[in-house]
Amino acid sequence: MSSVTYDHVVKRYTADITVVKDMYVEIKDKEFMVLVGPSGCGKSTALRMLAGLESITEGEIRIGDRVVNNVAAKDRDIAMVFQSYALYPHMSVFDNMAFPLQMAHMKKPEIDKRVRSASKILGLDNFLSRKPRALSGGQRQRVALGRAIVRSPKVFLLDEPLSNLDAKLRGQTRIELQKLHRELETTFIYVTHDQVEAMTMGDRIAIMNAGILQQVGTPGEVYDHPANLFVAGFIGTPTMNFVPVTTSDSSAKASGFELKLPKAVPAGKGMLGFRPEALTDKPSDVSTLEMKVDVVERLGSDQFLYGQVGGDAVTARVDPRMKVEPGDTAKLGLDVRGLHLFDAQTETAFF
Amino acid sequence: MTVAAAAQPTSSATMFSPRWIADHLSRWPLHIAVIGLTAAWMVPTIGLLVSSFRPFSGQATSGWWTAFANPTTFTISNYTQVLSAGTTNLGQAFFNSFMISVPATVLPVSIGAFAAYPFAWMKFPGRNGLFLALVGLLAVPLQLTFIPVLSFYVQHLHWTTNNLEATGIPGLPWVPLWLAHAGYGLPFSIYLLANFFRALPSDLFESAEIDGAGTLTVFFRIVLPLSVPALASLVIFQFLWVWNDLLVALIYVGGTPSVAPLTVNLAGLTTSLGQGSNLLTAAAFFSMIVPLIVFLSLQRYFVRGILAGSVKG
Repeated sequence: MSSVTYDHVVKRYTADITVVKDMYVEIKDKEFMVLVGPSGCGKSTALRMLAGLESITEGEIRIGDRVVNNVAAKDRDIAMVFQSYALYPHMSVFDNMAFPLQMAHMKKPEIDKRVRSASKILGLDNFLSRKPRALSGGQRQRVALGRAIVRSPKVFLLDEPLSNLDAKLRGQTRIELQKLHRELETTFIYVTHDQVEAMTMGDRIAIMNAGILQQVGTPGEVYDHPANLFVAGFIGTPTMNFVPVTTSDSSAKASGFELKLPKAVPAGKGMLGFRPEALTDKPSDVSTLEMKVDVVERLGSDQFLYGQVGGDAVTARVDPRMKVEPGDTAKLGLDVRGLHLFDAQTETAFF
Repeated sequence: MTVAAAAQPTSSATMFSPRWIADHLSRWPLHIAVIGLTAAWMVPTIGLLVSSFRPFSGQATSGWWTAFANPTTFTISNYTQVLSAGTTNLGQAFFNSFMISVPATVLPVSIGAFAAYPFAWMKFPGRNGLFLALVGLLAVPLQLTFIPVLSFYVQHLHWTTNNLEATGIPGLPWVPLWLAHAGYGLPFSIYLLANFFRALPSDLFESAEIDGAGTLTVFFRIVLPLSVPALASLVIFQFLWVWNDLLVALIYVGGTPSVAPLTVNLAGLTTSLGQGSNLLTAAAFFSMIVPLIVFLSLQRYFVRGILAGSVKG
């Protein structure tokens, strides 16, 4: 149970290869923090620096008030769950979970007690004598979690722990992990490239791209108020629509429509963003888009329209009862509360 | 349908139906080739076995296959003669071979494992260069080393068999041979094990590091148990090579009966005029027993170990 601070952390391999750039983030005690970003964005490196598997080039990482830059991995009071689970194949489930405790020279009865209570939490009681190869993917994953739990660490580090599971099991495990987080009342730091995992599990999300931390916030914040074009495009499925516009005072002109902006912005080039669900089948006189529909996807609960508004590709998520066929021109209303405008050069959000 | 029939001929076609016969005939070339090759490889061994039960007169005048014509001539006298301590010293030689082979196997395999670990998983300056040099050593013919190593033993250390026996310490006369075999075996041992260790997933090492295991703990509790196939195949290689070796043993310990191994003893059984060659057959068969036991008991690791060590990932 402890907070974690990345204080202007830099990871540089050579003079021109910098994988983490000036990262500053404070992770609160007992928080479930998700580091998310595309592959190669530096999120795993950030986690491995905290774990002690990579050295820190510049800056400080603190666990609680303690600077851990030069503390050995085993003394940092952390536990890590690997993507591959990294179970010791020749040891039984019990021995796998007991291994970190044996390394800490804990007494036998205490080891036994801890392993048994962890296996009870994870439902592994009946598998303690099995070898990892005799377990299913989900069970192996739980053993990896168990090996982390027995140490009762201050911080849990999870490096894409669900990516080797099939879709159904992943959904279940996501819920189990959240329960586990509540039960253990410990700080969790979770790395993933899957924004659905990030949105559903994180108390807060830290989005990274190309080694730079883009935004830190609750799932609601990063969804409703993305700080820049990258975050806006990364979070949400289907992705946000982006339409290049020319702004003047408080109106924006795109290739297929023109609308009044809720806030005044400097005149110039911009990128207008709105999520597919900001479009409705009820055209309003304030802002109506005429969309030439190319493809219609009906999912039962939703209906996605893919098409063109002027010269720009747009996706709309509308009421499934709306009658549209490919080739139609649909009149759609745009909810101005869901509008985002980004600077064309800096890509940062005006609103 | 045809695929299923080919895979399970007996279940899909009734016995002795045309289909069943066709299925079985189509496999004959394969079976004939395999059985033929096996037989061809076994003929010399069988010949040796048959000869070892024939008297000297028979061996000298006719081929072993003629022996079946009059089986009454079969005798176990070759074996009784060879195994009687007075004439050949075979028991002592057998014991010597063990005393030579076991340390000469354990040394290079264990030292090789210790050396292979840093080559595979620790960073130190010159690692790649050293490893390349090691691979280069694999190509050095060991005959090249006899004169320099032997003259170093004898002139600088005064390690002659006589001197070492004179100390009265048991086992000491074999030390030069143990060290020589360890030296000859190490390059391959390190090479094979380093490749095997390198193929172990790095997550295991990182996980163990976080779990608090030090380098030695990782080595003994994770690397070694996971490398049993590689270690077993290496033990077979090295043991067979040392057990069957004549040249190295002859050079470093010589023919003194109290220290000479089985191979040297066998070579001494027959004179240049061919007398005693009847004993040779029995003794050679006797000496094959141990390698056969070692190989058969470890062979399932042998195949796995070769594949695992050479193919990365």
